[in-house]
Amino acid sequence: MIGRLHSPFARGLLACAAVIVVLGVADAALHDLLAQNPFGAPKPAQAAAPEAGGLIGWLLAKQSEFYRQMSATIRAAKSDGSAVWTLLFISFAYGIFHAAGPGHGKAVIASYLVANRETARRGIALSFASALMQSLVAILIVGISAWVLNATAKTMCKAEGVIEIASYGLIALFGLRLVWVKGGAFIRALQVAQPVPAIAGVPQHHDHGHHHHHDAHDHHDHDHHDHGHAHAHHGRDHVHDEHCGHSHGPAPSELAGPGGWRRGFAAILTVGIRPCSGAILVLVFALAQGLFWAGIAATFLMGLGTAITVAAIAVVAVSAKDIAARLSAGRDGGGALFMRGVEFGAAGLVLLFGVGLLFGYIAAERTTCF
Amino acid sequence: MGMRRLFGLLLAAGLTLAAGVASAHPHVWITATSELLYAADGSITGVRHAWTFDDMFSAYAVQGLESKTKGAYTREELGPLAQTNVESLKEYAYFTFARADGKKERFQEPVDYFLDYKDTVLTLHFTLPLKNPVKPKQLVLEVFDRSFFIDFQMAKDNPVKLVGAPAGCQMKLDRPSDGTATAQKLNEQTFMSGENTNFGMMFANKITVDCP
Repeated sequence: MIGRLHSPFARGLLACAAVIVVLGVADAALHDLLAQNPFGAPKPAQAAAPEAGGLIGWLLAKQSEFYRQMSATIRAAKSDGSAVWTLLFISFAYGIFHAAGPGHGKAVIASYLVANRETARRGIALSFASALMQSLVAILIVGISAWVLNATAKTMCKAEGVIEIASYGLIALFGLRLVWVKGGAFIRALQVAQPVPAIAGVPQHHDHGHHHHHDAHDHHDHDHHDHGHAHAHHGRDHVHDEHCGHSHGPAPSELAGPGGWRRGFAAILTVGIRPCSGAILVLVFALAQGLFWAGIAATFLMGLGTAITVAAIAVVAVSAKDIAARLSAGRDGGGALFMRGVEFGAAGLVLLFGVGLLFGYIAAERTTCF
Repeated sequence: MGMRRLFGLLLAAGLTLAAGVASAHPHVWITATSELLYAADGSITGVRHAWTFDDMFSAYAVQGLESKTKGAYTREELGPLAQTNVESLKEYAYFTFARADGKKERFQEPVDYFLDYKDTVLTLHFTLPLKNPVKPKQLVLEVFDRSFFIDFQMAKDNPVKLVGAPAGCQMKLDRPSDGTATAQKLNEQTFMSGENTNFGMMFANKITVDCP
């Protein structure tokens, strides 16, 4: 009985392991195939044809290219108004490529969406809102400190540093809360999948009470707004997952509701509070050229580009999770257990990002202090 | 069936993970010239750098600084900024890494530092004395930012000078190709392998001096 209940979960784990191995091997093989220079050999310097270094390499090259064009374009805009259009286009393109490259903002959003069983629509909304906030924060920092107060770069940098620490702390706190909630749900799912035998002793009883606490926490914290909306979506899952089966995704109509936004606000704030160093540099440079408004416009377009990419990544993350949920559903308790495990893992990821960034284990985009 | 979809899920998870590592594109560009300083006995005593920043960073750095003439800054007016610069650079080991016959050498705090401002760009001049002067057969000096926040490029003309070197010393400079092409050499492997903390190595400017 227990073995049968566990099999989907075990199979899921096995599949994961297999996929990781396959990915690793394929990646290594591809790398060997694509690599033009064996390790250690000198590069055939400055080949005209760019070596295609895979998707990330291309993204990095593109964003570098756009970013570098920005200062020249702002300078040109001083005498030639039409250069502003070029600036706006470059900023938009930079935003798109910049967000597709490595960075923690979208990692937090994607993990949050997976952990919280959010819909793709909410994912898109969160992406746009947090990118807008990022732009506004950058404009406010430069607007207040450089334009109004004429502060030096050193002062601005200190302000950036404080915001940076605060944002990492927020990510860690946010992750901690998710882990707390999702950990409870996961342990509960474990219990459902593995019923406590009748001869259970005192320790189990103690354990049981503990989980009820988590249970209440989860319902209060998470399921409140979603209650009763998702029966149709996850009917099969629902049967075997009665403790948390009410919470699968808010109905679209709920998106605009105050509760829905309140819940997402933590995510927006967490991701959006830290401005992009690039935007700060562009704004200060534009200010120095007497074209602060062009810098502001460029910042908003960077934000728009960023939002589009982050939204796309969010949709991918949410769809992947939905597919996994559908697949693992309806297999006794195992499917639910698997999904609670995935959510728990995603929550843990947010916490890890926060802690890693806070203590410098993960290198983030550095603020321009030196 | 399930496998393929799980694959999708894991791919998404992998992408998310990869997205967590260093954000990698330069925000500051530095055009560098370096002088290797030799004592009379032929030992190397230190390095003198002149680093010219790009105009965007230069504008950022001089923001809010007082100057007598608008748009011009004297060495004195830039003094406090130069001091901030060299103090901050300590954390990054001055982006300068020396090995004498394979052994890592360390630098003392910079001396003779100043900034000048010309044609809207700042140049930071500073001398890094070696903790212990060395007289190796081979000296390797690398200048780069391992996080690639700063893109270092050695100047086109006279990038490296040997000042007072014994006769017969040979200098070789390996430079990364321009930033765009170099960035394209990065690939997913760089981020998946977890060695990202060191990927700035690829952008290192490597100066090798062989002396008889």
